[in-house]
Amino acid sequence: MGRAEEETNRRMLRVRDAMDRDYAQPLDVPALARIAHVSPAHFSRTFRTTFGETPHRYLQRRRVERAMFLLRETDRSVTDICYEVGFGSPATFSRTFHDIVGRPPRAYRKERREHREHREAALAAMSVPTCFTKAWTRPSSSGQVFTPAAP
Amino acid sequence: MFNAITHSQIYVLDQDTALDFYVGTLGLEVGADVDMGFMRWLTVNVPGHPDRQILLEKPGPPAMSEETAEQVRELVTKGATGGSLIFSTDDCRKTYETLRARGVEFTEEPTERPYGIDCGLRDPFGNSIRFTQPKV
Repeated sequence: MGRAEEETNRRMLRVRDAMDRDYAQPLDVPALARIAHVSPAHFSRTFRTTFGETPHRYLQRRRVERAMFLLRETDRSVTDICYEVGFGSPATFSRTFHDIVGRPPRAYRKERREHREHREAALAAMSVPTCFTKAWTRPSSSGQVFTPAAP
Repeated sequence: MFNAITHSQIYVLDQDTALDFYVGTLGLEVGADVDMGFMRWLTVNVPGHPDRQILLEKPGPPAMSEETAEQVRELVTKGATGGSLIFSTDDCRKTYETLRARGVEFTEEPTERPYGIDCGLRDPFGNSIRFTQPKV
């Protein structure tokens, strides 16, 4: 590991930050590679080496995390939420959500609603800065999701 | 028992660059910048608050092996050291505009949160920084 690798890490981090921020935009590999100032051909592999997953998967997890939030905290339709967080079609959204969370969006919503008041009170009491909430409520690729203890 | 936090520490990859950024760009002031011989003791603080120092430490031997220092640098540049500073401000949006004009790399624009208005940025190395205008 030397200066070149550190610079590469820093560029990949910049792209990951961009995905965290602009997840609702249609981000594709060429657009992300431009942010990193690297060629599209090398970008995905370099990102994966740096963070352990493909940029596509990272972006999916960010979008699904946002979708989980909207399913829990709003009454908006699943289709609305799908487009809001950057998915191109409800079918892709449902498949990706199920793959990452382990159940379909509607089942997740129904289940989480049951503990909503308890969770809201817990979060309000803590006032955790958003960057920590964002990082720690993101679903892992294996479908593990933070679940507050039931009251 | 304890009555204050006086020093916190984050890793930086270059102390001159760190000084430029934390003082020249973010507007903190130098608490101490001393060549101890064995290390450069470089701290900064919020102007008017010297009671709370942030040590800007460069990882390297003999405090740690060169191999370990490389691992630390790798984690810093991946944003994974957990080095994270959260400041408070009277006016989040105004501070954001000021710092953006100075070329700061923001990760989040000012946003309303349950606890106030805040936004996020990175230092030149990858450390995470936020500043919050607390809800009154």
